[in-house]
Amino acid sequence: MSKGTLFDKVWDLHTVGMLASGQTQLFIGLHLIHEVTSPQAFAMLKERGLKVMFPQRTVATVDHIVPTENQARPFVDTLAEEMMQALENNCQEHNITFYNIGTGNQGIVHVIAPELGLTQPGMTIACGDSHTSTHGAFGSIAFGIGTSQVRDVLASQTLALSKLKVRKIEVNGSLNPGVYAKDVVLHIIRTLGVKGGVGYAYEFAGTTFEQMNMEERMTVCNMSIEGGARCGYVNPDQVTYEYLKDKNFAPKGEHWQQAVNWWNSIRSDTDAIYDDVVVFDAKDIAPTVTWGITPGQGIGVNQTVPLPSELPADERLIAEEAYSYMDLAPGNPIKGTKIDVCFIGSCTNGRISDLREAAKIAQGHQVASGVKAFVVPGSERVKKQAEAEGLDKIFQAAGFEWREPGCSMCLAMNPDKLQGRQISASSSNRNFKGRQGSASGRTLLMSPAMVAAAAIQGTVADVRELIKS
Amino acid sequence: MSEVKTVSGNGIPLVGNDIDTDRIIPARFLRCVTFDGLGKYAFEDDRKALTGKHPFDQPQYQNANILVVNRNFGCGSSREHAPQALAKWGIQALIGESFAEIFFGNCVAMGIPCITADTAIVQELQVMLTDNPQVNITIDLQNMKVECGDFSASVNMGEGAKNMFISGTWDACGQLVANAPKIQQTTAKLPYMNWGYL
Ligand code: SF4
Repeated sequence: MSKGTLFDKVWDLHTVGMLASGQTQLFIGLHLIHEVTSPQAFAMLKERGLKVMFPQRTVATVDHIVPTENQARPFVDTLAEEMMQALENNCQEHNITFYNIGTGNQGIVHVIAPELGLTQPGMTIACGDSHTSTHGAFGSIAFGIGTSQVRDVLASQTLALSKLKVRKIEVNGSLNPGVYAKDVVLHIIRTLGVKGGVGYAYEFAGTTFEQMNMEERMTVCNMSIEGGARCGYVNPDQVTYEYLKDKNFAPKGEHWQQAVNWWNSIRSDTDAIYDDVVVFDAKDIAPTVTWGITPGQGIGVNQTVPLPSELPADERLIAEEAYSYMDLAPGNPIKGTKIDVCFIGSCTNGRISDLREAAKIAQGHQVASGVKAFVVPGSERVKKQAEAEGLDKIFQAAGFEWREPGCSMCLAMNPDKLQGRQISASSSNRNFKGRQGSASGRTLLMSPAMVAAAAIQGTVADVRELIKS
Repeated sequence: MSEVKTVSGNGIPLVGNDIDTDRIIPARFLRCVTFDGLGKYAFEDDRKALTGKHPFDQPQYQNANILVVNRNFGCGSSREHAPQALAKWGIQALIGESFAEIFFGNCVAMGIPCITADTAIVQELQVMLTDNPQVNITIDLQNMKVECGDFSASVNMGEGAKNMFISGTWDACGQLVANAPKIQQTTAKLPYMNWGYL
């Protein structure tokens, strides 16, 4: 059993007590809600005659269903409009802060909470969305929950949970040029498997993560869930504190030093005990691309789609399914695969640094003919910042469309969708069958710079070659 | 509060590893403000692709209430729409090699037990249900056993979740709210509660 890790310390501090079932009742410091998984929770609350116990500790925004072209209300999609109104009404009725479109603070829930300084070290954070693991980048324990649990948090600001084990994932060394945080996490998932993390919290440690900025750490923690781990975190350090300082909801004045002291005290002890430790070398990580239908089915961009004989026996069933769905033959190189749509955005890679890296690649080039490429900033703030830096102009000059913030084609609940068998190069996090809005559409996951490279070449390309030229 | 000690009825086998929540209920069906009516869209895209051959479309499984799956079932998004769609279709319990954590937690909160068993046992159950769809299958949560015709095997579930089903406390909401005084005490230990910007 783990001892002395950040996870243990934060868990213990937030423990309200033990329930008759043996589960822990855990206090939730920050609850984030959005339009998709909250309306039913509010309805359940009403059914039981319950109130929101700590309305000031829930913050709402709208992201999944928002159109990225025409955002005029009412939305063209009447179902989306109905969801929007439900959220507006619920927030108003229960006195919950809501960052609506046009407030300057709207965006993907996992992008805006860090931007606003809502996400802080040592907190427990829950949201009805599996990528809540993102917030672990700050040294918080953050995880996704379902709608009945959203109801529980609204009603009591607590959850009934069983404690997780802790696995330390250590990556050391500097990343090679053209290798990004996204490649690190895709590499970890392809090595440990998509269910390797079930039952674990992942602690990302080692010099590679220490050298990363907060946005890179968020990309890594974001995809913990794709490796099966419900939450992932990085111990807070100077990088974390510099990011947080002066953010809207960050502690100020005398509270700031108190906060830093407390945050330092909750870091994993140097002699902490872990349930498991895995070590990687940053030098071994290449620009990574998925070829299949799970985020674990990834390879280096210069590798070939694996043969069944190269895979462990228990991976072959899903590999066979992937070959036929993706129409990619085992043994063939992934590089050169023709691409129809390029999507840069999402809570994994829709932040300002992601757009900067992609813009560097796009600058001075043209999107290949026949390719539809578009950029969706993760939030209104990201969009504003990008426009201030002229990134929108660089993208548009290269032939990319520049859109309004939202989840967009990460899960295609809005009008942004693949058509038929189209194949996308995507900076998002899931390549599941049908994920991007067409039941037969195909997704290749990669870093935003790699997506930009694919847009320019019209095929899966090695971004390192564009960096050189 | 209803106790869940046994679930019995007919089984439906669904073969495949890593079946994610996007496949259980595609995102376009999440455009809703209630879970009602989701049952008919369970596995919508997989069913279309298999043109009638998906177990959820096969006539012999239309009365089934126990779903038998393989490894890492329900991975992916936290959407409770996935177990809700299965429940609305008629599923009351699942047996599998393993389940994704958020999916499992959602099922607990809905009173739907997800039981795990060794690969060989799960595969044998799937074969039996394929050969003899009408065979009676029973999950006994107290003794952690599954019976299917003459076949019997031991199954697993974490103690916490098991106790919640047996004692009828799987719906945690009431207990959580009842501890309000202890919740207030806990907040006193948390420095950030005093920083006062939320
Ligand atoms: S960007 Fe994608 S993964 Fe992130 S919250 Fe939105 S839909 Fe979910």
